[in-house]
Amino acid sequence: MAISFTLNGKAQSVDVSPDMPLLWVLRDTLNLTGTKFGCGMALCGACTVHINGEATRSCITPVSSVAGKKITTIEGLSADGSHPVQQAWMEEDVPQCGYCQSGQIMSAVALLSKKPNPTDSDIDDAMSGNICRCGTYQRIRKAIHRAASMQAGKAKSAA
Amino acid sequence: MAIAPVVNRRDFLKTGVAGSVALVIGFHLSPRAFADQAQEQEKKPPNPFDAWVRITPDNRVTLILGKSEMGQGIMTALPMILAEELCLDWKHVKIEQAPTNPKLYDHGTGGSGSVSGSWLPLRRAGAAAREMLISAAAARWKVSPDTCKAQDGGILHGARKSFLTYGELVSDAAQLPVPDFNTVPLKNSNDFTIVGHDTRRFEGRDKATGAAIFGLDSRVPGMLYAVVARCPVFGGKLKFLDAAKTKAVPGVRDVFAIDPVGQGAFTAGGVAVLADNSWAAIQGRKALQITWDEGPAASESSASLRQQFLDHAAKPGKVVRQEGDADAALNSSAKRVEALYEFPFAAHATMEPMNCTVHIRPDGAEAWIPTQAPQWAQGVIAGVSKLPPESVVVHTTLMGGGFGRRYQADFVMEAAQVAKVCGKPVMVFWTREDDMQHGFYRPASYHHFAGALDAKGQLAAWKHFQTSTSIEAMWSPKGEENPEKSEFATAAFIPYQTPNYRIEYALAKSSVPRAWWRSVEHSTSGFVVESFVDELAAAAGADPLEFRLRLIGEDRKIPDFTNPKEGKPLDTARLKDVLRLAAEKAGWGKPLPKGVSRGIAGYYSFESYTAAVVEASVKNGGVKVHRIVYAVDCGRPINPEGVRAQVESAAIYGLSAALHDAITISGGRVEQSNFHDYKMPRMNETPKTEVYVVMSKEEPTGIGEPGLPVVAPAMCNAIFAATGKRIRRLPIRSEDLV
Repeated sequence: MAISFTLNGKAQSVDVSPDMPLLWVLRDTLNLTGTKFGCGMALCGACTVHINGEATRSCITPVSSVAGKKITTIEGLSADGSHPVQQAWMEEDVPQCGYCQSGQIMSAVALLSKKPNPTDSDIDDAMSGNICRCGTYQRIRKAIHRAASMQAGKAKSAA
Repeated sequence: MAIAPVVNRRDFLKTGVAGSVALVIGFHLSPRAFADQAQEQEKKPPNPFDAWVRITPDNRVTLILGKSEMGQGIMTALPMILAEELCLDWKHVKIEQAPTNPKLYDHGTGGSGSVSGSWLPLRRAGAAAREMLISAAAARWKVSPDTCKAQDGGILHGARKSFLTYGELVSDAAQLPVPDFNTVPLKNSNDFTIVGHDTRRFEGRDKATGAAIFGLDSRVPGMLYAVVARCPVFGGKLKFLDAAKTKAVPGVRDVFAIDPVGQGAFTAGGVAVLADNSWAAIQGRKALQITWDEGPAASESSASLRQQFLDHAAKPGKVVRQEGDADAALNSSAKRVEALYEFPFAAHATMEPMNCTVHIRPDGAEAWIPTQAPQWAQGVIAGVSKLPPESVVVHTTLMGGGFGRRYQADFVMEAAQVAKVCGKPVMVFWTREDDMQHGFYRPASYHHFAGALDAKGQLAAWKHFQTSTSIEAMWSPKGEENPEKSEFATAAFIPYQTPNYRIEYALAKSSVPRAWWRSVEHSTSGFVVESFVDELAAAAGADPLEFRLRLIGEDRKIPDFTNPKEGKPLDTARLKDVLRLAAEKAGWGKPLPKGVSRGIAGYYSFESYTAAVVEASVKNGGVKVHRIVYAVDCGRPINPEGVRAQVESAAIYGLSAALHDAITISGGRVEQSNFHDYKMPRMNETPKTEVYVVMSKEEPTGIGEPGLPVVAPAMCNAIFAATGKRIRRLPIRSEDLV
């Protein structure tokens, strides 16, 4: 049975087993490999995507549960890496191996959409579900603060 | 992927791609023996080269070598070195994986050696190309080469205001002889504009946009996905299989057994489940009905291993090093200190689980592998497929972490076995549980230390007994003869002067696979040496920094006891410098907030010097690390920003070992399975880390690993300063804090 949802702004329909986690639908069925498999138990955050704007672990989210919803993956954040969080990630030279960074970025974007100017403690709360074995946490923290000021700057110039 | 042109005995070759000509210089990466360059160049065919620089008429510069990127930054650092001598923007240098050829060379990325082994060869290759391009331009302009210089990817003649790009000159340059690598003029380091300057990583954008392709992201038309069910007990075998339920799972294509493979690959064997997608493969595996013959390892446990440790420790071990008479000095000394330290197995837990995609056809094979050892992988696939190695093409992908785990070929062996049966492209991937329970772990070990101080507070004796599940015993055919070889490193040539020095070792047997875990034996050697010297400082009533500096004593070079032929000696001046620098930057001796204390550690590994000062406090049965201040001397830093990143990373990896990492064994199997019971440090546990890099002019040395060994001891020394409690077993347990 086909399951339909909006993926990165476009209508998408897939005909897969309804209990298949969204992660594998994205990666294997749709070949969107930016979203990563790390643990399969919502313990590491590598598979984080946005479902209706909420940071969600796609590895435990059955595809049937996203029918009719809006999904954003790392590929949908910007066409050209221009999203302020992505820019901040590059400027702070955050990634090392880089495998967890799609998930880190998706969690950070969700945090900033709720708290445009997060404190260190907000960052601890929002980002502690994402593991980075390379230990880039300090740079992630800096990049989130940087993205917050970039977005604030943009908002200011737009006003 | 383009295959690099094979270069014959002469150092250059015209390549006939689409009628164009390229300047190609082949050379040899040398992990240590730079002096071998000349002889290597003179070797007869088969050609001795394992790296090439290629400049094409479209002005592209390609560096072709067999080094893999696993986050350590070689895709940035190596082009920087080449670009420096070639006088062009490093971003114009593209890295390409060298073709694998096990007959010719041994590619591999590990031991924190990529930069140190490439530094001089890359400079010479860059300089040779530059000189050839200068000669070509000078000839074209009919001027003296002395009046031409390389600049911004071309040759400039200032007086004539003429400029030719490298691309415009390659066809001429390719006709010229290659300068002698031993005499080619290298750039004066005072003129460096790239090396030594902070540089953001080459592939940062791809890693921030999801475009970076890791092994698990390999997609080949018509590919299948597979997982393998392995006996949870090490060494166990398949006894009974009923795959009927699995075959009924939608998407499952096939189920079959694969054999275990011993020495080298060390695979468990088991049952492969092939499916149309990853999820179906995982679901299919869950439905397997399997009975295992668990074998003799089923009786092994962490408790039985500990009993072995205790039994060994009750008797003298094999004497590894002996100077003077440590026992006599211990018995007659003014002050005697003893301590026991112990460590469990630890898992690498790379974020990207193991995986390997292979397509074996009748006429050849192709593989996409996140591997630190593509050469070995090629040999494994050739062996399984019965194809000649040269018809096995290995694409090395980006790696979601390596840390030594991806130097293994077990995951390649399994994939090759599965691909051989299925005949289609297939990705064999591991789940987190597979990865956690079928790894190659850092050895478990147990250490007994005894030290003596004389009346003047000098170190009268140092005695170190270790028993461990040696790596050497597992990997080397004769490993059980010298199992201590892989277990001490710098602990066998400590910088602290003593006339009576004794090291003993006993091998503990285990069925648990062991191998190289980030910083390998240094991870535990650094802990025991830097913890025990701190215990001695406390016994002497001395400041831990002053005590270390006093015991290190005068400037001198201490030979690498474990690798006297090839290892660089430990330079005590450089060690003292990093200790002083870390202390100064951390404000050693200055007041701290109430409850917070400092600890220090300094250590030599991978030919680099690191010191760390950790500020920590203990509250509610837990440790909080507030700040880590590092000083590192890894010789000339190619990319200081990359060096800082590596040390920040090693800090968290070391913190992980101090706080969490423990693989325990029960019934011959690993008890942990995923990140809920094998925990990782997270954002909320991350201290502020500052890294001060010594801008040395010495030869560059390792930096991927050396940051690790000092974290845990500095941290535990801070805990002692705060609480008076010595932490002698890792990971730290709350009961040891009170």
